Amino acid sequence: MKVKVLCRNPDDYVRETTRDIQRVPRNYDPTLHPFEVPREYTRALNATKLERVFAKPFVASLDGHRDGISCITKHAKSLSTIISGACDGEVKVWNLPRQECLRTVQAHEGFVRGICSRFCGTSFFTVGDDKTIKQWNWEAPGYGVREEPINTILGKAVFTGIDHHQREGTFVTCGQTVDIWDEQRSSPIRSFSWGVDSFSCVRYNPVETELLASCASDRSVVLYDTRESAPLRKVIMQLRSNTLCWNPMEAYYFTCANEDYNLYTYDIRHLDVPVTVHMDHVSAVLDVDYSPTGREFVSASFDKTIRIFPKDKGHSREVYHTKRMQHVICVRWSADNKYVLSGSDEMNIRLWKANASEKLGLLSAREKAATHYNKKLIEKFQHHPQVRRIARHRHLPGDILKQKRELREMREARRRKEQNVRKHSKPGSVPLLTEKEKHVVAVVE
Amino acid sequence: MAAVTPEVLTSTHVEKMKKKKLPKRYWEETEKTDQSQRRPEEEQGKAGQNQNKSTVKEKSLKRKNGESLEKKDPFPGEAPIPQKQLQKFQRGKKCKVPAGARERLKEAIAISEAMSEHAQKQAARYDLLLPEDAGFLEGDEDEDTNTISQADIADAVDITSGSKYFNLHLSQFGPYRLDYSRTGRNLLVGGKKGHVACIDWQTKDLKCEMNVMETVNDVKWLHTEAMFAVAQKRWLYIYDSKGVELHCVKKFNDVLRMQFLPYHFLLATASATGFLQYLDVSIGKEVAAICTKMGRLDVMAQNPHNAVIHLGHPNGTVSLWSPNQKESLVKMLCHRGAVRSLAVDKTGTYMVTSGLDRKLKVYDIRAFKPLHSCFLPAGASCLSLSQRGLLSAATGEIVQVYQNVLGSNPVSKPYMAHRLRGQIWGLAYCPFEDVLGIGHGEGFTSMIVPGAGEPNFDALDTNPYRSHKQRQEWEVKALLEKVQPELIGLDPGQLSKVDQASFEQRHKEQIEALGFDPLAKDKFKPKTKKKGRSSAGAIEKRKRKVAHEDQRDEIRQSVQERTEREKELKEKSNEKKLGNKSTLDRFRK
Repeated sequence: MKVKVLCRNPDDYVRETTRDIQRVPRNYDPTLHPFEVPREYTRALNATKLERVFAKPFVASLDGHRDGISCITKHAKSLSTIISGACDGEVKVWNLPRQECLRTVQAHEGFVRGICSRFCGTSFFTVGDDKTIKQWNWEAPGYGVREEPINTILGKAVFTGIDHHQREGTFVTCGQTVDIWDEQRSSPIRSFSWGVDSFSCVRYNPVETELLASCASDRSVVLYDTRESAPLRKVIMQLRSNTLCWNPMEAYYFTCANEDYNLYTYDIRHLDVPVTVHMDHVSAVLDVDYSPTGREFVSASFDKTIRIFPKDKGHSREVYHTKRMQHVICVRWSADNKYVLSGSDEMNIRLWKANASEKLGLLSAREKAATHYNKKLIEKFQHHPQVRRIARHRHLPGDILKQKRELREMREARRRKEQNVRKHSKPGSVPLLTEKEKHVVAVVE
Repeated sequence: MAAVTPEVLTSTHVEKMKKKKLPKRYWEETEKTDQSQRRPEEEQGKAGQNQNKSTVKEKSLKRKNGESLEKKDPFPGEAPIPQKQLQKFQRGKKCKVPAGARERLKEAIAISEAMSEHAQKQAARYDLLLPEDAGFLEGDEDEDTNTISQADIADAVDITSGSKYFNLHLSQFGPYRLDYSRTGRNLLVGGKKGHVACIDWQTKDLKCEMNVMETVNDVKWLHTEAMFAVAQKRWLYIYDSKGVELHCVKKFNDVLRMQFLPYHFLLATASATGFLQYLDVSIGKEVAAICTKMGRLDVMAQNPHNAVIHLGHPNGTVSLWSPNQKESLVKMLCHRGAVRSLAVDKTGTYMVTSGLDRKLKVYDIRAFKPLHSCFLPAGASCLSLSQRGLLSAATGEIVQVYQNVLGSNPVSKPYMAHRLRGQIWGLAYCPFEDVLGIGHGEGFTSMIVPGAGEPNFDALDTNPYRSHKQRQEWEVKALLEKVQPELIGLDPGQLSKVDQASFEQRHKEQIEALGFDPLAKDKFKPKTKKKGRSSAGAIEKRKRKVAHEDQRDEIRQSVQERTEREKELKEKSNEKKLGNKSTLDRFRK
């Protein structure tokens, strides 16, 4: 007779001393783990709920300005520094980790319309309603020394925006024309205009550095090459675009924030139809900024909210609002991809987390593993109705919700009307237009 | 140009040959170099070959120089994994890329396939690290294993294992029901006449003992060793491990049998009044009460794979129940007489039943088909299946253990047998041990059955050696991922499948949910017209104009279909006629 009976030595399964960690022998045999899918689903549901529970995006509010914030800019080299300009001509430099103002400059009379940092991070430029461009040193002057700009240029008309070249000592301003300036000269080296009276925003392409895009008040977005004497082409839309931002990773895409409550992502190679129409705001969109990864962008709107959109999705994944935040004028995504800054009418700059439920600070290895696992679970079960319902739900202020419903109703009515018109007219005479095609009027070369 | 192309072709051809080469092995080295030297000679004179030749020579030179310096791995690549082990960790079928799929979808499928394959391989590799092997019992030549007595086995094995064969003489409160806790450390016995005791059976440490002074029909551990349920004469009671009564659940009366669903935290009870009730022990609520209308329910088993409850009935049927449905999921006629006992294996594939017709039957419960049946002269009053698929059957006073019952081969002679005194009332295998617990009229017997228990446990699921802290941690985790009772169904993996409900199905569901058909055409309502033209007669006239519109549509459609069908038939018959005429027709099959 040969016999063997299971007999385990407890020493192999129990830790030796209380200072050890517990022994956890595993056996991955699927028959020992029944209900794999329902258990995983339950975990996913829990993870989704916890994500919503921990979604506390608001980090801090920077107050100190005495008028509405009109523009914000990141420092080119330092993560922790930002500059903001207000409607009373004041410019403040902030330190984000300490949440305090480092320096205050009365830069202009009237609005500060635009600020941009020089690529090397030694100085910054401001433009204002007083028709001047001023260059300031990043270093604060010593005690008792008056704040003086390094350089002041007097222009002929009001400037509404400014942007600096990525590598060279040139910058571009917009106003009645788009002007390209050399830092050493007091008159523009080139100016572009294309039959319009004013521009609201101009941006250098971050990769193809000689390329420029600007938003004009005649509802068009104009592209320029600084090496040429005339603008390249423009796309005319149904309503005016306020600002635009280039995708830093795929720099042939740009997104413009439009007055018709939508944002449009364009491919510069095919301007006739936008790549994506991003709809969710219920009022004019005032500013847009891409995340440094180029996967998402944040938009600020007149409806007192900021929203975060994935670059290729038509609807936002996140909406931030507080009771006290009024019309949001400007918004920026921080260079470390973790925070979003918004400047609004009621004189405050707000710091938000880019990922609402993210835990700040250092994570232990187990915490990291758990967050990754939960993320994957939510992704896996995202289409299940229960999970989707919880993950998608966002609280909205009452008036925005009302407006949203109203807009939906209007859109539905318009659609119905169009359908009826099509039904009662000659087949083919009323063509079916997709949402993307509706908003572009023309592309002019 | 014409002269150049063949050369290009040959050169590409040679390159292709090179690509197809198998990975180099150390014993092939000498042959390869010979080949590489020979090949350029054969193809000398061809343009584009010179380069190839030179590279080959360089390579061979390099290899000769480097041979002494660097050692080559004699077994390059990953270690092979046996197919059988891989099969064990296979979850579902491989996902096929649908025809005409976009690039993005193809990529996503490829990535997910690669990941799951990687996971499968890792899991299969881990099998090598499992510390324990399963037990076994082999007889000498001409020695049947079923003639080997328990005492002999207990003598032959080591002392700790030998002490697992023991008897508890409890003849007073007679026949005993029993239950092992999920980790296999604790044993709960309940005598018909009210004696309830829980024991740490390995250390023989008595945790509590009491007499409830009432008939005890069944006993069951709940999710931990801290609580157990006792089905007494009238109500269901819950005690803690010290024997303190925690609850008397008066919603559950006349309970005869109980099953605990550990992942759902549900206690399923079958009562003498024909009710199947579910108690959620985490929140203390009755989840479902189903009137089975099948009379007294005293045969019950759970399917550990999908948490479906199997009930055996006096008319020979076995019915399957989930808490979500008032009717049974499945009803199968299994025996000519009443069903006496039931057992389901842990993979949820097989069900073993025994009935008053003294037959033992094995069913495949995925297809609801009988696999084989055998005749036991005494019939089996109790059945139990072990983790590794050993079947024990109580036939009269003898407990027989069968091997290889699950599957298509018929039941042969028993693997082991053990005679007891008194009628057998309860049978249960201890999880993760080679032990079969038997409750009978004279007390309790623990019997050694080598090869019954799963040798390697998963400590995150059930850990027999867990500490107090670990148990607490486990309890919290388990409660967090408690599976909702709504998810109990025949296929537990359904949630991960794509919901491919057709339009009609969805439409039907919508009608059911809403109570009306949202897509139905509105009934024609004539507009009211002014100046006396909206008189009742006029309205009726206008209605009549459209009254039969729908009917006409239907008729038109059916007529069209019919003509088409006729056309097809005609064509077919024409073909046939033509075919008959052909001379080659006789060669047709």
